Order: sequence, then C-alpha cells, then structure tokens
Amino acid sequence: MNTAATQAELARVVRDHAGRLAASLVTLIGDFSTAEDLVQDAIEAALEHWPHEGIPSNPDGWLYTVARRRGLDALKRHARYREKLALAAWPPQPVPDDRLRLIFTCCHPALPRTAQIALTLRVVCGLTTAQIARAFLIPETTVAQRITRAKRKISDAGIPYQIPDADELVARLSEVLSVVYLLFNEAYLSSTGEQAQSRDLADDAEFLATVLGTLMPNEPEVLGLLALIRLHRARAIARFTDAGEIVQLPDQDRTLWDQDAIIKATKLIARAAGFKRPGPYQLQAAIVAVHAEAPSWQDTDWEQILVLYTMLDGLAPSPVTKLHRAVALRYVSGSQTALSEVDSLADSLAGYHLWHATRAELLRDQGRAQEARAADQQALALTTNPAEQSLLRQRISWA
Amino acid sequence: MKYVLMFVDTEQFAADLAAMDEGERERAYGRVLQWFTDNADKITSHTHLMPPHTATTVRMEGGEPLVTDGPFVEGKEVISGFAEIDVANLDEALRLVKSWPACPLVEIRPITA
Repeated sequence: MNTAATQAELARVVRDHAGRLAASLVTLIGDFSTAEDLVQDAIEAALEHWPHEGIPSNPDGWLYTVARRRGLDALKRHARYREKLALAAWPPQPVPDDRLRLIFTCCHPALPRTAQIALTLRVVCGLTTAQIARAFLIPETTVAQRITRAKRKISDAGIPYQIPDADELVARLSEVLSVVYLLFNEAYLSSTGEQAQSRDLADDAEFLATVLGTLMPNEPEVLGLLALIRLHRARAIARFTDAGEIVQLPDQDRTLWDQDAIIKATKLIARAAGFKRPGPYQLQAAIVAVHAEAPSWQDTDWEQILVLYTMLDGLAPSPVTKLHRAVALRYVSGSQTALSEVDSLADSLAGYHLWHATRAELLRDQGRAQEARAADQQALALTTNPAEQSLLRQRISWA
Repeated sequence: MKYVLMFVDTEQFAADLAAMDEGERERAYGRVLQWFTDNADKITSHTHLMPPHTATTVRMEGGEPLVTDGPFVEGKEVISGFAEIDVANLDEALRLVKSWPACPLVEIRPITA
C-alpha cells in the first residue's frame, strides 16, 4: 500500500478529519496548543498504522480515540484539561463545523506569514511537521520552531479562538485568503513539474478554499479564489512536458484541459459576481476564465482581458498587474504600445525576471533581436526555477 | 487579559505636533483625552512620560553600575507613555488601539499573569 493513489487517499482522509478534530478538541479542552499536540500525535499514529492496516471505516472516530487516549496519558499534570477530555465522547452530538474559527486563529495577523502558513497546514490540513518541511524544502527544525513559536504566541498574547466580529471580518478574511493564495502560488505557479513524489500542496490550497467556500458561501472573494485555483488546476496537466519543461499558454494542448472543471469554475465566478462586490480574486479568476474558455490562443478575447486587468489594477494597483495588463495591450494595440508601457515599469520591476522576459518578447516582436537576447539573459540571471531557466535558455539559443 | 500599550512617538510625529498652532494642538490633546474617557472601562491606568532628553539609563551589566544620559535605545522612535488595559483578548486590544488618535506606533504586550 504505497502507490501514489493510496498516498493521495491517505492525505485526503487525514485532511478531511484532522481540522475537524482539532476544532472540536480546542473547543472541548479550551487550549489551542494542547489540543493541537494531541491531533498531531493522532495523525502521526495514523500515518504509521493506516498504510499497512488499511484506512479504518470511521477515520474520525479512530483519530479521536487515539487523541483522547494520548491526551489522558499526557495530561496527568493538567487536571483541568484531563477532566474535560475524560468526560468527552465522539462524536459530540451533531457537530457544527468549527474549522472556521481554527482557520481565523491560524491566520491571525499578529502571527508572521510563514507561521500562518505552517500552522494552517498542520492544524487545518493535518500535515505533519516533516511533510511541511519537505514541501517547502526547509529543515524540519525550522518548521517545528515556527509552529512552537506561533502556538506560544497564540496562548501568551491572548489571540482568541473565534471568528472575527462583523466589522473586522473583511480585513481578517483577506488575511486568510492571502495565506491560501500564497500557499497555492508556492505549490502550483512556481512548481517545477517534477515533484510527483512530494506532497502536492495545491491539493491543500484547494481544500482550504473549498472549506472556506462551504462555510462562508456569501463571501464573493472566497468563491473567486476557489474558482481561480480550480481554473488553474483544470489546465495543470498541459503546463509541462513529460520531461518537466514548461509549455507556455500559446503552445499548450487545450484538449488536455478539464472542460468540465472549467465550466463549473466559471459558474462559481458568475455566482460570486451576483453579490456585486468585486475583488482582486474574482477579477483574477475572470481573467483566467477568459483564457480557459478560448478555443485557441488566437481566439483569446484580449479586449475583455484588458478591461479586467484595468479593473484589477484600479482595485489593487501593483506593477506586476500593470505588466500583465501590458501583455494584453500587445494584442489589442500592438507591441510598440505594450513595450512603452513595460518600459515605464522599469523602476519597480527591474529585479523581476518576468519583466525582462516580457520585454524580451516585445523587443523580438519589434525586430530588436539583440536587445531581446540581452533581456532574456537578464531574466535568466534572476530566476531560480529550473523549468523557467530551461525555457529562457532555449529562447536565448534559438531566437 | 491584561495588556500594556506602549505609545511610541516618532520624529515626524513630534515635528507635526510642533508645527500645529495653539488651537490645533488643543484639539489634538482633546482627542486623546476623549479616547481615554471613552475607553475608561477598559483602561486600568495610564501614564504620560516626560520627553527623552529627561531620561537617565543605568547599566548594571559588568561590575560597577554605569550611569548614562538619555534613553537606553537611542533612536527616532521613543516611548512616550503607557496604558494598562484589561480586555478579553488580543482582538479586543487591537480594536482599542486602532481607534487611538495620537502617536503613530503602539506596541501591545500582555502582562505576565
């Protein structure tokens, strides 16, 4: 029982139950850190037993029983927690899904971003410290330290275990969405295509967005982020060759895209738009949807994309958005106009490899081959992603 | 939970305050007084400090105590006052601090229980 499929099934079952268990135990015991330790123990035990014993028919009950038994052992000194645990039974009546409180606590703005991400993965998605370390290519001790510090801050600084009040909700939700989006970016957009053996954090990002979408169905930005993630993933298979080389959007085999998933995600965007509260995630999802719906690169509705990027830059101005907008501008108004737009971003983006790479494409389009090659070379020097490096190398030697 | 709010002045803030005319400054002080009045149920005590030029620091790190002029951190940001508050949790402390009408930096620290 060690195939990729069973590993994925194991990950899915743990993810489905770990967060719920953590949420219930925090409520029950009243101490975030203690409850989290028990859940982590239970997950470690599951990862040890399930691969050869098989996944039990009631995984949540199994995890709970282990967590409870460990808790009763470990909490000898904490009579108060122990008593609460001793009296508890699983499942404690119709369980309300408490994971929202858990997510808001893990993504509290008083915690550093790296800790928010590690804590969310561990507490809400049930990853072990070792799995997180492997996924981010950082030492396990670093992850352990981040989590220990974050948990200590939660209890010592009095970070509450609660859903923020209505007047704080928008700001706090945007913090949560940033964490999920960063996680997805890290896992998906900067992936190298050759990580079949490691855990796919994009699964976890989609899972978190799905949980948020279920628990906050009336927040259009949540739906927007969920649609954005699903649209990217629906096309993931076409992004790399078997050898792990990047295939750029114009060259992708669109028949590989999951049309069913694209249609569903588009419906999600429409539902979000119905709330008439546009936001950056909805707009980004809409842009990706325009690409996803185009039967070919030539048939892309660039005017629509240009409008969406203009709106996005109005809502959340950023030089990177302006760079993307310039790419759309190329197909609407020509490469000369796009190039002057790109050149005007030099001050803020000269350290960004995609600025140079975009410039290179526009220069090449203008017949300025030598400058184009120089720009590609600068882009190459600025990226560490092997797939991107290989693409740029090809361009430099061929074009 | 009890927290201490440490109010921190910056050079820019001091300059802005100095540049105000009498009336403006009165109104600025008035807003601070109003804030303390509005939140009197959460604030257990508060103190405003004399400016940093009045500070004296004693270092007792090696053998003889060393007395020096000035605050222990020389910098552009100086602590200008304290308030002790008693609220349910960090979110409540944050809510309170976000309505603070004066200096641009506030550090929130829980008090050892």
